[in-house]
Amino acid sequence: MIQKLEGEFEDIPKGALTPSTKITDIQGWGSMHALIVIALMDAEYGITVKGDELRSVQSIQDLFDLAKKKQAAL
Amino acid sequence: MAFFQVENISLRGIAAAVPKFEISNMDYDYLSEQERKLLIKTTGIEKRRAVKDTGVTTADLCQASAEKLLNQLSINREDIQVVVFVSQTPDYFLPASSIILQNKLGLPKTCIAFDIDLGCSGYVYGLSVVSTLMNQAKLKKGLLLVGDISTDGTPIEDKSVYPLFGDGGTATLLEYDESAEKMTFSLQSDGSGYEAIIVREGAKRKPYTKESFDLVDIGNGIKRAPRNLELNGLDVFNFSVTEVPKNISDFFQKTGTSAESYDYFVMHQANMIMNETIRKKLKFPPEKIPYSLSKFGNTSSASIPLTIVSELRNKVSSPSSLLLSGFGVGLSWGTVSLKTKGLVCPELIEM
Repeated sequence: MIQKLEGEFEDIPKGALTPSTKITDIQGWGSMHALIVIALMDAEYGITVKGDELRSVQSIQDLFDLAKKKQAAL
Repeated sequence: MAFFQVENISLRGIAAAVPKFEISNMDYDYLSEQERKLLIKTTGIEKRRAVKDTGVTTADLCQASAEKLLNQLSINREDIQVVVFVSQTPDYFLPASSIILQNKLGLPKTCIAFDIDLGCSGYVYGLSVVSTLMNQAKLKKGLLLVGDISTDGTPIEDKSVYPLFGDGGTATLLEYDESAEKMTFSLQSDGSGYEAIIVREGAKRKPYTKESFDLVDIGNGIKRAPRNLELNGLDVFNFSVTEVPKNISDFFQKTGTSAESYDYFVMHQANMIMNETIRKKLKFPPEKIPYSLSKFGNTSSASIPLTIVSELRNKVSSPSSLLLSGFGVGLSWGTVSLKTKGLVCPELIEM
């Protein structure tokens, strides 16, 4: 997932993101990034992450955990 | 689900008009260069057209489209027995723009004229209403005029909407034709999402006050007035990538068709990441999906006919099997499949 995120965002060097990276700390984080994350979650895990769920997520690890939890509940 | 078929109606042609004035999102200096690049990559929207301060309205763009289409098809205007205008940017609160256009286009007084208040789903809904009426009443010819000038409600200070929208107006001519293949529709609505895309003030629930025009700082570097368009991008994204594929998968099942059955799948032009997510879920190959997003952005109800004119006009001149899907403000969404015998699409009008 981390590699996919690095690929989707502009100007993020490889290896810049780790599971503990706070998503809002990602360079240039904004609504476009939120959209990209939600699209990626839909494509990769077949799940829908709502705007307020994304806002409650801190790190990339949290995001991954949320995806797994939602996927299990499908 | 409203799933139904309409017999005896064929599409003869589509014309579209956009303003000459072009805006490039690369010049949008409320965003950094990096943000602009990401915006264009994600949304697919590079340029847009805007009426700016020319005074041109949606009805004007639709009128120009209709004139060109009727002339090119050499239509006797006395034969046009229904004109429907679909827009959320009409000329007046009242009367309906369609009635003014009946006169301006020189259509007979025997013509039915009324407006439909829908946005992104409006073309599909408009086709369903006009074709059903024409089939039922055996009307010879009908005009469907569809478009919006959304740039009026999207101020440059609101980066969540300003770079997305463009203006456009279109005209589609339908004809009573007993040899026509059936059109198949599936239409849906969900008013619980009415706030996802909304202009809050100016009509009767919240009439204009002096403050309706004042820009308010709502955080994240966004300023917007209560009279402006407000868009919850994430909610709209989730709605579209969930409900649209569901609607179309169900449509495939009911009609016994699949992505392979259609020459082209023309979607409402919302943004690239959303449309591509829908495309992949439905397993359409990229070559069947035309996009006009990079040139015109999201043109609301005009986007499907505008995309047919700008991207497919030479291809649909031969018989084609089309799947069209509109989705958005309302929330409202709908899909139609139709077979054309060869559409006449005059060159795009710039005015």
